[in-house]
Amino acid sequence: MSEQAAQALLEGQSALQAVPGVPVTLTVNGQRVSRMVSVDQPLVSFIRDTLNLTGTKVGCETGQCGACLVLLDGVSVKSCAVLTVQANGAAVTTVEGLAQGSDMTPLQAAFWDNHAVQCGFCTPGMLVSMTDLLQHNPNPSEGEIRTWMDGNMCRCGCYQNIVRAVRSVAEKTQSAGGE
Amino acid sequence: MGHLLGGAVVGAPVKRREDPELLHGHAKFTADLTLPGMLHLAVVHSPHAHARIKSIDTSEAEKMPGVVRVFTGADIVDKMMRLPVIWKPAGVDSHFPPHPYGLPGAQTALATDRARYVGEWVAIVAAETREQAYAAVPAVKVDYEPLPAVADAEESLKEGAPLLHDEAPGNLCTHFPIGDRDAAEKAVAEAEVVVQQKIVIPRQVHNAVETRASVGNYDPETGEYTLWTNTQIPAGNHYMIASLVLGVPYNKVRVIAPHIGGGYGSKGYLYPDAPLVLLLSRLVGRPVKWVDTREGLFRTTVHARGQTHYATIAGSRDGKISAFMSTAYASLGAYSSHNGPGAPTALTGRSMTGAYAIPHPFYEVFLTYTNTNFVGPARGAGRMESMLVIERMIDLYAREIGMDPAEVRRKNFVTQFPYDNGLGWNYDSGNYAGALNRALEMVGYGDIAARKAEAHQRGKRLGVGLASYVTVAGVGPSGRMGREGLIGSTWGNTVLRVHQTGDVTLITGSQPHGQGHVTTFSQIVAQELGVDMERIEVIHSDTKGVPYAQGSYGSRTYSVEGASIYESAQRVKDKACKVAAHLMEVAPEDVEYVNGKVQVKGAPEKAMGLSDIAVMAWFAWNLPQGLEPGLEVTTYWDPADFNFPFGTHIAVVEVDEATGAVDLVRYVAVDDVGNVGNPGIVEGQMHGNIAFGLGPALMEGAFYSPDGQLLTNSFQDYAIPRASGMPNFELDRTVTPTPLNGLGAKGAGDVSEPAPAPAIVNAVVDALSDLGVRHLDIPLTAEKVWRAMQTRGE
Repeated sequence: MSEQAAQALLEGQSALQAVPGVPVTLTVNGQRVSRMVSVDQPLVSFIRDTLNLTGTKVGCETGQCGACLVLLDGVSVKSCAVLTVQANGAAVTTVEGLAQGSDMTPLQAAFWDNHAVQCGFCTPGMLVSMTDLLQHNPNPSEGEIRTWMDGNMCRCGCYQNIVRAVRSVAEKTQSAGGE
Repeated sequence: MGHLLGGAVVGAPVKRREDPELLHGHAKFTADLTLPGMLHLAVVHSPHAHARIKSIDTSEAEKMPGVVRVFTGADIVDKMMRLPVIWKPAGVDSHFPPHPYGLPGAQTALATDRARYVGEWVAIVAAETREQAYAAVPAVKVDYEPLPAVADAEESLKEGAPLLHDEAPGNLCTHFPIGDRDAAEKAVAEAEVVVQQKIVIPRQVHNAVETRASVGNYDPETGEYTLWTNTQIPAGNHYMIASLVLGVPYNKVRVIAPHIGGGYGSKGYLYPDAPLVLLLSRLVGRPVKWVDTREGLFRTTVHARGQTHYATIAGSRDGKISAFMSTAYASLGAYSSHNGPGAPTALTGRSMTGAYAIPHPFYEVFLTYTNTNFVGPARGAGRMESMLVIERMIDLYAREIGMDPAEVRRKNFVTQFPYDNGLGWNYDSGNYAGALNRALEMVGYGDIAARKAEAHQRGKRLGVGLASYVTVAGVGPSGRMGREGLIGSTWGNTVLRVHQTGDVTLITGSQPHGQGHVTTFSQIVAQELGVDMERIEVIHSDTKGVPYAQGSYGSRTYSVEGASIYESAQRVKDKACKVAAHLMEVAPEDVEYVNGKVQVKGAPEKAMGLSDIAVMAWFAWNLPQGLEPGLEVTTYWDPADFNFPFGTHIAVVEVDEATGAVDLVRYVAVDDVGNVGNPGIVEGQMHGNIAFGLGPALMEGAFYSPDGQLLTNSFQDYAIPRASGMPNFELDRTVTPTPLNGLGAKGAGDVSEPAPAPAIVNAVVDALSDLGVRHLDIPLTAEKVWRAMQTRGE
């Protein structure tokens, strides 16, 4: 980086730092939280660092790996690419809030049944993404699941078993609906 | 799990015990840890591939909000040693910067007078928050004098290339030849058919979704250094940090590996941050935390592969191979990683002949220094390179003599075991044709011509490619590794303790990071001792509570650490039998251990359960003469040799006539890893191997400009396979147990990773063969394939 560029960056940062915190109120996993936050704080940092909900992961900070997915008013978003102030007033669900206590949602149980977890780092984002998919489309085909999953990276290569897990939930829903 | 008692626990696809906390988001990874008063670190990286560092001015950065201190090389150079290299290839000269203890040396944690690759750590900012630390990085003023740089291994050996280290004339670390060159050359000269090909294997970046991270804490009252870091080798880090970097007593260091978000080899190293966070914690008097960025990972977490081969295969017109030779060039990077020489020398070289009985093999590699990030093993380490080369050469030879590639493979497979491959490996067991035939059957090999014609109607070129692999696993026999050049040991170790309640604690030397060790190991104990899985706890990854342990890499865990658990269980049963026989007043040879109890042979109603035996061993009121109290064993188990899993993978691709885009439409994999502990877990490992292996074939590759700028710095310019880019893998297994351990199990974690690249390249070349295309180097991007179609391979 050139000295000029560095200087410009520093000036930009001091301008940002001069902005005082702003108040936000969100509902996170069903609980109302109000905090003063800086205008440049990404939502993922609010979730992880301010609220200490570390189930949501950070893999790239550039919106490409999908580890930081959360549900924002029911829709999956990459929380590294959303500012906390943009989420003001919204309801956020993180992986910790998908099920109550030690319960599992049918999707979480299906992940467990189908060996769809290896290192588990992409798992929170995968669960959020697939939860969103099943809300939109309760009976997705393998191809639809794979396409929807393209926003989530799994370097362990669990994709096939995740597809199987999602399909098993869909099949159970279908057979329950058909009865 | 009680219903499994007495039944087969080992071999059942038991659900993982690890999963609930991962599925709930409660599992703690290193980046999730917070200590009171903790500072955050940000790294100042060299933007130059090669530069003299004239001065560093930290004054402005230190005035930035929240910044506590900025450290440069000058601050630490007298407080920590250069990192060591613990793999010095045996039997050849090699050249490294010197470590103070006379070992080969790697890099210093921070550069002092010279930076030798883009990304090299030059300074570190410590601040109250991560944001403040990163904000201050641009304010650290480093005055560089750029120097000429070289990025390519072959270029680095040329006259006049910029030199990296005074200790390595001509940038050569080592020249490593194996096999009989004269005999191989003679066989080539006398052969009816000789085929030659240059094969380039670019660098791969492991790219675990979790970047590397370390938290260090120094306690001035106890003098103890505690490190939390996502390492596959906690004890290896412990030993090297204490003894070879910080120079502090071994028992004043503790290394804890929390949950790890994928390793694939990239976290099996000693990196600068590990000792550095401990030293900086001592210097600032507070805990410190460093979490890498994705860009930082691309630049300074180890890279893999990066070899160029000039290969020759020779044989008869009727398909019998007589000789195979390859001369390879590989760069270690600007410095070696702690085990950097291992993959391109032994792992690639000794594996060069793959599944084939080739009378005259020869391999040599020139290992050089270049102005690039350091290189080391990745999933499929060294064998991905050798399997790509041999499996390409088999296909080229088949084409030259006009024989079906499957037939050439069958004609040359090793069939007698044990088999000495002439390059240093001794194959334990196998049935290579069995796996090949099963894969051909699954893919419907006989119908390929019809399917090609059908695809042609749709504007697609269909191709089929085979890869039959053999990969060394089960690192390893310690003496063998020592003779190879490893300065260390590689046995497995276990503490197995049956408490006075009958509950069981297993302490293992392995380090799980996604492979489900806790589940698989519990299965072994449950099966052998006849104890419910729920009553077994597994402790690992904390060097305070675990005896010196080797960690997990190179498909060693189940067949080495697992085998040590199996041996421990036999010893516990043996002792339980002695205690019970004594208490039941029968001779020890008259009892047997069956399903969690010791019973009198022929009179099973006379028996004692494990809990009763354990409590009596604990009371120790009435034990056989000379027997120690308690029911606990410690086992150090060193395998007699490596084991050699194998298999055949078949890729079916469709190449778009108009765009050159490659669509992997089917993928068949038949693997043989001997006996399997948990087929659900092993299947997942096989999916992972294929996903990790097809990436470099189709899209991955880390590239430097000729002057050492890294051109692939982010997920925007480095592609990773995603779900929609792969078909549903079709898997099967054959089972050929190894005679080398009690489980009959071979390695599985990375063994089939080498297969996808050659299978896919062979398939694409098959699809383009009528155009005259003989060979394509990976990655097979649409542009590359399209160009080959236009130029007809010219």
